[in-house]
Amino acid sequence: MWRDAVLMAGKDLRIEARSRVAINQVAPFAVVVLVLFGFALEPDRGVLAQAAPGLFWVAVLFAGLLAVQRSFAVESADAARDGLRLSALDPAGIFLGKAAAVALELMGLEALLTAGVVVLYGTDLRGAALLLATAATATVGLAACGTVYGVLVAGLRVRETLLPLLLLPVVAPVLLGATRACEAALGQSLDDGWRWVTLLGVFAVLYVTLGILAFGSLLEEA
Amino acid sequence: MSGTANRTTRALGLAALSATAVTVYLGLVVTPPDQVQGQLVRLIYIHPASATFSFVACGVTFAASLLYLWPRTRSRRWDHLAASSAEIAAVFAALSLATGSIWGRPTWGVWWTWDARLTLTALLFALLLGYLALRRIGGPAETRSKLSAVAGVLLFAVVPVDHFATEWWRTLHQGDTLFRPKPLIHGSQLATMLLSFLAFALIYGYLLVHRYRLEQLEERLETEGLELALAERRAEGAAESGGVVGAGASQQVAP
Repeated sequence: MWRDAVLMAGKDLRIEARSRVAINQVAPFAVVVLVLFGFALEPDRGVLAQAAPGLFWVAVLFAGLLAVQRSFAVESADAARDGLRLSALDPAGIFLGKAAAVALELMGLEALLTAGVVVLYGTDLRGAALLLATAATATVGLAACGTVYGVLVAGLRVRETLLPLLLLPVVAPVLLGATRACEAALGQSLDDGWRWVTLLGVFAVLYVTLGILAFGSLLEEA
Repeated sequence: MSGTANRTTRALGLAALSATAVTVYLGLVVTPPDQVQGQLVRLIYIHPASATFSFVACGVTFAASLLYLWPRTRSRRWDHLAASSAEIAAVFAALSLATGSIWGRPTWGVWWTWDARLTLTALLFALLLGYLALRRIGGPAETRSKLSAVAGVLLFAVVPVDHFATEWWRTLHQGDTLFRPKPLIHGSQLATMLLSFLAFALIYGYLLVHRYRLEQLEERLETEGLELALAERRAEGAAESGGVVGAGASQQVAP
C-alpha cells in the first residue's frame, strides 16, 4: 500500500511539475482571492488584519477545490481511470498517494498565501508551533476529504458544480477549527488553540480512514 | 402494486392528521400564552419536534446507507429508504430553520444568530442538499445507489465533528445562550409539546412509507418502463392486424 502511495504521489506531483497548472493557475488564483478580499473589506480599518486567519483559510479552501478537481481531471484523459483500475495498485495506496500529492500542493500554496497575508494584510506571525500544527492537520483533512469527494464525482457529467456543493459543507469544521486555532496562535483570541488542532486531527483521521475503506469501490464506479 | 396507499397507510395518515389537528387546537386555543414570551411560545409546538425528527431522519439515512454498503445486507430497499428519509429530513430541517427564525426575530431581535444549534442545523441542511443533488445525477441505478450510499455515510459521519465545532465555537465568546430562555413549562404546554412530537412522528412515518413506495415505482418505471411500452405497442400492433376493432384505425394510418 505504501509503495503504491509513493508511486501515485510521485506521478501526480511530476505531472504538476511538468504541466505547471498548479503554479501558473491555482496559486495565482489564490492570490487574486486574497486581493479581492482586500477590495471587499476596508483595508484601512484593521478589519483585514483581524479577519486574516479566516480569509486565509477560505482562500485555501477555494484553491483546494481546484487542486482536487485537477487531480482527477488528469485521470480523465486517455481513459487513465481505466488504467488505474487495471493497474493492480492497491486502491488504498492510490487514495493515499493522490491525497498526499494534493496535500503537498496545498502546503506549498499555504506558504505562498502566508507570505501574501503578511504582505497584504499586515499580519504579524506568532505562535509558530501552533500555526504549523494547524496547517498540517487541516491540510491533511482537506486533502483526504477532497480526494474522497473528488473520486466520488469523477465519473459524473455534473462534477464541476456538484463537487463544491458536496465538499464545502463537509469541510466547514476544518474552516472553523483552522481559523480559530490560527486566531489563538496570533493572539487575537483567548481560545485554546490546541483543542481546535485536536478537532482538526480527528477530522483528518476520520477522512483518511473512510478514504482508505471507500476509495476502492468508488473508483470502480467512477 | 399500483398506488402508494393501502389500508394501513390510510390509518396512519388519519392518525397523523388527527394528532396534528389536536396539537393545533391545543396549541392555538387551549394552552395559555407564556408569561415571558407571550404568544411566541406557541412555536414550541412545531419547532422542537420538526428539528428532532429532521435529525432522526438523517440518522435513518445514515443507517440505511451503511446497510446498503454492507455486502450481506445489500438490498435495493435500503437505498430507497435512505433516499426517502433524506428528503423528509431536508423538509423538516428547512421547517425548523424557518420556525426558529420566526421565533428569533421578536425574541432576539434578529432573524439569524450564530448559535451552536442553529449553525449545526444549517450545516446539516447544506449536507442534505448536497446528498439530494447527488441522488439526481441520473445514470444507472446501481451506480447511483452506491455513490449516494457512500456519500450518505461520509456526509453524516462528519456530524459529530460539526457538533463539537459549533459548540466550542459558540460557547467561547458567547452571549446568545443568555437570551435563550428555558421557561418553566406549564402542564398543558408540556402535554401539547409532547403531542406535537407524536404528531411529527406519525407524519414522518406516513411520508416515509409513501415516499419509499414512490421510489420503488420510479425505479420500476426506469427499469421496466421501456419494455412495458414496447409490449404495449406490440399488443396494439397485434390487435390491429387482427383487424377486428383496429381495422378503421389502421386504414387511416396506412398510406
